[in-house]
Amino acid sequence: MGTTASQIGKDRLAEYQELTFLTKQEILLAHKKFSELLTKDERDLQNIRVPMETILTLQELKSNPFRNRICHVFSTSDIKNGSLTFEDFLDLLSAFSDSATLEIKSHYAFRIFDFDDDGTLDCGDLEKLVNCLTGETDDTRLTSEEMRQLISNILEESDIDKDGTVNLSEFQHVISRSPDFVSSFKIVL
Amino acid sequence: MPRAGLITAENNSDIDLEFTGDEDEVSTFQEELERGRHRGRRRDGDREKKKRGNRRRKGASKETVEGEEESQNRLEKRERRRKRAKRHQEARGRERDEEEQAKIKSGKKAKTRKKVKNEKTRKVEEKEEEEGEAGERNAKGKMKHGGAKREEKKEDGGKHTVKEKAQEVKKKKHKTVVETSSEEEMSEEANEDNEEEEKELRPESLSPEELENLKEAVDERKKLIQSLRGKPWPMKKKLVTLRESQEFVEKYEGALGKGKGRRLYAYKVMMSKKWMKFQRDFENFKTVCIPWEMKIKEIESHFGSSVASYFIFLRWMYGINMILFGLTFGLVMVPEALMGRPYGSISRKTVPRAEEASAMDFAVLWDCGGYAQYSVLFYGYYNSQRAIGWLKFRMPLSYFLVGVGTVAYSYMVVIRTMARNSNESGGGDDNSFNFSWKMFTSWDYLIGNPETADNKFASITTSFKEAILEEQESHKDDNIHLTRFLRVLANFLVLCCLAGSGYLIYFVVRRSQKFALDGLDTHTWWERNEVNMVMSLLGMFCPMLFDVISALENYHPRVALQWQLGRIFALFLGNLYTFIIALMDEINLKREEEMIIKYNISMWEASFYNSSVSGNSTAPPVIIQPADVPRGPCWETMVGQEFVRLIISDTMTTYITLLIGDFLRAVLVRFLNYCWCWDLEAGFPSYSEFDVSGNVLSLIFNQGMIWMGAFYAPCLPALNVLRLHVSMYLQCWAVMCCNVPQERVFKASGSNNFYMAMLLVILFLSTLPAIYTIVTIPPSFDCGPFSGKKRMFDVIAETLESDFPAWFGKVFSSASNPGLVLPFILLMVLAIYYLQSTSKSYKEVNVELKKKLQAQNEENKKKNKRAALKAQTDLEEARNATSQTAQQQQETDGDEKHASRQRLHHGTTGHNPPPPDHERRPLATRAPVPRPYHHDNHGTPGYLPGFSQQSEPRLYRVPSLQRH
Repeated sequence: MGTTASQIGKDRLAEYQELTFLTKQEILLAHKKFSELLTKDERDLQNIRVPMETILTLQELKSNPFRNRICHVFSTSDIKNGSLTFEDFLDLLSAFSDSATLEIKSHYAFRIFDFDDDGTLDCGDLEKLVNCLTGETDDTRLTSEEMRQLISNILEESDIDKDGTVNLSEFQHVISRSPDFVSSFKIVL
Repeated sequence: MPRAGLITAENNSDIDLEFTGDEDEVSTFQEELERGRHRGRRRDGDREKKKRGNRRRKGASKETVEGEEESQNRLEKRERRRKRAKRHQEARGRERDEEEQAKIKSGKKAKTRKKVKNEKTRKVEEKEEEEGEAGERNAKGKMKHGGAKREEKKEDGGKHTVKEKAQEVKKKKHKTVVETSSEEEMSEEANEDNEEEEKELRPESLSPEELENLKEAVDERKKLIQSLRGKPWPMKKKLVTLRESQEFVEKYEGALGKGKGRRLYAYKVMMSKKWMKFQRDFENFKTVCIPWEMKIKEIESHFGSSVASYFIFLRWMYGINMILFGLTFGLVMVPEALMGRPYGSISRKTVPRAEEASAMDFAVLWDCGGYAQYSVLFYGYYNSQRAIGWLKFRMPLSYFLVGVGTVAYSYMVVIRTMARNSNESGGGDDNSFNFSWKMFTSWDYLIGNPETADNKFASITTSFKEAILEEQESHKDDNIHLTRFLRVLANFLVLCCLAGSGYLIYFVVRRSQKFALDGLDTHTWWERNEVNMVMSLLGMFCPMLFDVISALENYHPRVALQWQLGRIFALFLGNLYTFIIALMDEINLKREEEMIIKYNISMWEASFYNSSVSGNSTAPPVIIQPADVPRGPCWETMVGQEFVRLIISDTMTTYITLLIGDFLRAVLVRFLNYCWCWDLEAGFPSYSEFDVSGNVLSLIFNQGMIWMGAFYAPCLPALNVLRLHVSMYLQCWAVMCCNVPQERVFKASGSNNFYMAMLLVILFLSTLPAIYTIVTIPPSFDCGPFSGKKRMFDVIAETLESDFPAWFGKVFSSASNPGLVLPFILLMVLAIYYLQSTSKSYKEVNVELKKKLQAQNEENKKKNKRAALKAQTDLEEARNATSQTAQQQQETDGDEKHASRQRLHHGTTGHNPPPPDHERRPLATRAPVPRPYHHDNHGTPGYLPGFSQQSEPRLYRVPSLQRH
């Protein structure tokens, strides 16, 4: 398939560098990884979509409890199947890169946690979030009483305007003061 | 071009998909807007647009403008208006007011229709912008961005025929209303547009004010380009925006500036572009230069960020040591080796006669004796000659300055890193968001290994449960006395351990001195290396002991970890200082020895001189081999040797523990598991975990020894670089092949500054003895670069005297007298005090602001609610007013449901009174609204006059509703 550099094209590469927090090497690496997910004849096509299932075979995403959400958030697919184009993939990596700002990271984190895509984190979202964090097995799952307690504590802390949900600005307010959000909200290829 | 168009189309659809909730509204506005734009960009004309523009601008600026999106909007609005103005001008002449125009020219059917339509469009546009703002305020920035962006896109799109067509395509795709203007018309118009654009490009035809505007626009675009990467938009949108903005900038940039200034401007622009490119390339280059990125990444994905943080720390250390190494190697070792007197020329550079036989033995070299001792590696080899070689290199001065420089550089780097770290962690001081942080930030996205992920799940669950328990019952210690007793006991035991290890080291060092006096050959290997071995073994086993003892204490794991770290720190420190104290004793012994030898030498020289004088005066002077010249013990080299030995043995122990403790254990567990009575992997020995804190601590102490000994053994930084390099590979390998992920996966960043603080403490404590020896103990009389001087720092005074003009020395000496130094120190103390108090007051202000912010939030919320209520009542009225017309309308409408719904949304937004304050907008637009009428959307010019007439009065009526 030749060199990856020739595939992207110089102008494109420059634009991608301008638009993402990634360096040239990272973009090329991303392209390489992305191409590996495609079959031979798919590689020649422009704007090919890789289905979510294939994306999730990547090592970086395999063990992530939010992997489906991440794909859905970054996907620009019309039918919301979580499939990613290369550009979506770059968006993903850019948001998760080392040098991305807190603002953009928290924005995407919010959208990842917003399971029902309604723009706020309500009780249902929080519950799903807790279940994601505690894993699928029964012995790590919280009891319903604990869950209720936990969610009420969280709302107590972060829901500043007391409307029963956490909205983006409240979320960002909470996140921005956290010491280790930026360092852990990272995916590196 | 078609490609770009395609992108736009797809892009828009994507965006629409994103905003599920408001999708319909948005897209309809968009359509309206587009139509308006196409019509609006038809005519040419120049004069009136300025006036209009100004007027409009005022109006526009009344609206609260926030961020660049707004400014973007404003800009576009302005342009749009200009164009509209143009059109009116050409069509009708010179009316001042649009409303007037509308009335007067009502006879001209077609025009008026367009006009009205346009008017409506404008309203809708404004609505959309409001909507956008509302969206932002509602913490839906994306929506807002979408709106703004789309407008912009269209703006540019309108300039290009093909893009316009693409938008047409998109329109169809969305099955939205295509009305009034047919496609043929569109393309015609587009052509016209192109011509018009050509004209616009001429800079000469622009007035200064327009130039100013243009410049503003260009600057805004530039800003947009720069901030684009920080925007949470999909790539396609970013790409399109980037391209268009760049095109815009390129096109209009040339128009800015006149005559000479223009060329200069173009040049500046070009240079800035080049500079940007260079910067980007340089960034790329820098990232290529960072070593071990892939290795660390792999570890990160397997073990999470905490284990990786150790390796990042290791790499950082490596970087610092590289620089220290560069300093000592480039400015001390190489000049001496190249330009200094060669080996064997003087006594300090020669192996003494007694040792010559064994000087090349490996055992001796390993012990830093023999040829190694008499080489550039150690202090004693350097000559006190003031300037060496043809470069007249000031060797002693360089030696001294490098010694000071390495310490100063290390201080600088450590403190700077600490400051940066604390900046990054920012206000993470309060734990008011304890639960939320656990919830939102506890997952480590770097984890790519299922096993680690499972551990992480477990640890998160326990942390949740613990937090809940803590919240429920803050303290419920049933047997507090027992716990207290156990804790006291544990601390007592630890203190005993520390004291015991300290005494052991002291004892061993004293014993080794005795051995050294006897001569090393009579003793076994163990006796010779006792000190280092004991220190390494203590460093290895005491932490384990502490671990066992800390089980007594029953602390929370995080607290327990801190105690553990503190104890190990104390142990290492105690060991190091015992070692130093013992070394000081030895230095004093050596100095006594030196006095005796000095006396003997002077006797020996005198006797030698006498014998040569008393003998035949014509006989040639007897040449004494430098190897035979009696010499002093040179305590500096001895100190250097001790440190080098310590480092070497420390390194060896680390590697051997790694191999035995980790690798051998892993191999045994792995292979014996097939034939063992219990499950070795899950049961007792199991695989080892990577001990982050222990490794970091040993790294820190190792560095401390380097700092301490580097002055007396210039080879130490080089040795350390080597060691770090090897451990990087060895530990990376070991961690990947024989360790299992930690059961409790800790986060790294929280402890980063903790490690840095320890490093700083160690740096301070290790420079203390080094500086003490440099300042107080006179250097040996016959070895080292400072031989013959009273104190080492006399080299500065000497340089000042001989290499600088006299006045400089005078200034220096007067500046260094206590009368000046004391006030200066006082001033510094005052400055520190002042800075501290200001920082305290800033903190208070911070807290105050936080409170204010919360109060404001509450208030806003209340206000919003009130606004929503009011808007609802208004809407009720509006609904009543329009319900009759709606019924009529319903009959005319037939089939197309979807389109009609979209149309309805116009209705609703049209209904919405433009609220006086911004707070209420979001709610107003969102309020439930009846959908009373439909609209025929067949895109024929068969426009429904009834509808337009009906809709227009409504637009004016609603504000009036608002008023009463």
